[in-house]
Amino acid sequence: MSEAPTLNMADFDPKDLAIEDIDVSQRSLWIEDKKMAFFDRLRDEAPVHYCKDSEYGPYWSVTRFKDIMEIDGNWQDFSSEPAITILEPEEDFPLPMFIAMDPPVHDEQRKTVQGSVAPANLKLMEKTIRERTQKVLDGLPVGEQFDWVDRVSIELTTQMLATLFDFPFEDRRKLTRWSDVATGDEESGIVESEEARQAELYECLEYFMGLWQERADKDEGTDLVSMLAHGEATKNMSPQEFLGNLILLIVGGNDTTRNSMTGGVWALNQNPGEYAKLRNNPGVIPNMVSEIIRWQTPLSHMRRIANRDYELNGQTIKAGDKVIMWYLSGNRDERSIDRPDEFIIDRDRARQHLSFGFGVHRCMGNRLAEMQLRILWEEVQKRFHMVEVIGEPKLVPSNFVHGYTEMQVVLHPH
Amino acid sequence: MPKITFIEHDGTQHIVDAEVGKSVMQAAMDNLVPGIDADCGGECSCATCHVMVNSDWVAKAGGPNEAEDSMLDLNPERASNSRLSCQMTVSDDLDGLIVDLPEFQF
Ligand code: HEM
Ligand code: FES
Repeated sequence: MSEAPTLNMADFDPKDLAIEDIDVSQRSLWIEDKKMAFFDRLRDEAPVHYCKDSEYGPYWSVTRFKDIMEIDGNWQDFSSEPAITILEPEEDFPLPMFIAMDPPVHDEQRKTVQGSVAPANLKLMEKTIRERTQKVLDGLPVGEQFDWVDRVSIELTTQMLATLFDFPFEDRRKLTRWSDVATGDEESGIVESEEARQAELYECLEYFMGLWQERADKDEGTDLVSMLAHGEATKNMSPQEFLGNLILLIVGGNDTTRNSMTGGVWALNQNPGEYAKLRNNPGVIPNMVSEIIRWQTPLSHMRRIANRDYELNGQTIKAGDKVIMWYLSGNRDERSIDRPDEFIIDRDRARQHLSFGFGVHRCMGNRLAEMQLRILWEEVQKRFHMVEVIGEPKLVPSNFVHGYTEMQVVLHPH
Repeated sequence: MPKITFIEHDGTQHIVDAEVGKSVMQAAMDNLVPGIDADCGGECSCATCHVMVNSDWVAKAGGPNEAEDSMLDLNPERASNSRLSCQMTVSDDLDGLIVDLPEFQF
């Protein structure tokens, strides 16, 4: 890490700053929710922008839809190793995972597990997921204030993960905790220190080692742990690598879907006309799900390292440079998306968004996420006239996970 | 214009007129053939325009290019005649082409 940053971005209107002084990664912009105006300026004036110094060292910001697609689709020139967020990985505690590996090892490892979330397998899971969703919704208080994040979004995504891993159901909230711990740091307030974080992750590893042993001793099943324990490319993984891939699935499947479940309610509350459309036409739900995922963009960015000098939009990215693809910005790029700042549940080409990434790393769980959200909204619409948001939701203080820690709501029956 | 037949997983056939020079994916989209998502809009980066080429047409249609191959490879339902339809260009040679659509895109 470098010296303290010189300018606090959140104190400025982006147009009052010299373009080269802009640092969109600064935490204050995300805590105070002021980042969007900065991205608007970068997209217009410096779509491939170099920040020479930041908390994370120097990095390039790529902010237009098409440029992001170009980089994301090009694993030969842009490596996902050694990590996929702007933050440098802990050197004494590496968590190897295939999202942060290049082909061919990436492909080998992904192939062993992707069958678990491929559509044919999802069809088998749909009934269980629907029943569990119904049960959670039927247990909610009507006409009384409660936290949607905790009682619905976290609960449902955690249950889904427990299903996917065949994880002991009564211990399922451990999964939520591990997901938070894996992405949190001291400043996020989730853990007290880096030591505390690592200790909890070891606990996660030990727990899963137990499950691994149990599954390895049996025939191969359809749950993910069993697939890892039996898969040719994964059965000899080191404990650290096993932990890395578990964390990948726990985090990948957890925060992202959770924040889409919350973000959808929030978007509909801010757009009553769209809520009315939904009430009149539940058939729009699959399309709305894509629009929610675009609008929310649950992961704000992914990062790459350039393997060679590369020309993009008039700039030369040098071999070894860190490149941040800001999906959150690309999903608001009016060059590629019509009226991008508006939430339009029946928009054309709603599926063409960046939230799942593109190329060989394109989200493996995208169909699972869409299915969960579709089921949630189908069941919510059967039960409630409105899920009304009270006040404003609280944001996760992160430039990577784009979501909510709390959102108070009241349910209104039909 | 060359004709292309898309056959859905349930057997429903769609015969469409396809414009020479455009992609087979575009021909499906222009004619509202269901079962192709094309999430990346034809950039060979999503693999949601997956089709299986009818065995009589495999030789003429040719196999996947390198980038296409690496995307197709990440689909557990890939078959030996799988292609990404955005990487197939409509030509007079392909007049009469028949492709099967998978049950699901992934
Ligand atoms: C709305 C929900 C979700 C969003 C927005 C999302 C987003 C993403 C993004 C942006 C990537 C990286 C793409 C890239 O680098 O080009 C990714 C990869 C991945 N996601 Fe998701 N994800 C979601 C849900 C899920 C779920 C439910 C799972 C669960 C099982 C999952 C598992 C993964 C895995 C394993 C990868 C790594 C793929 C690879 O490197 O080949 N995701 N996701
Ligand atoms: S449309 Fe995305 S790969 Fe063909």
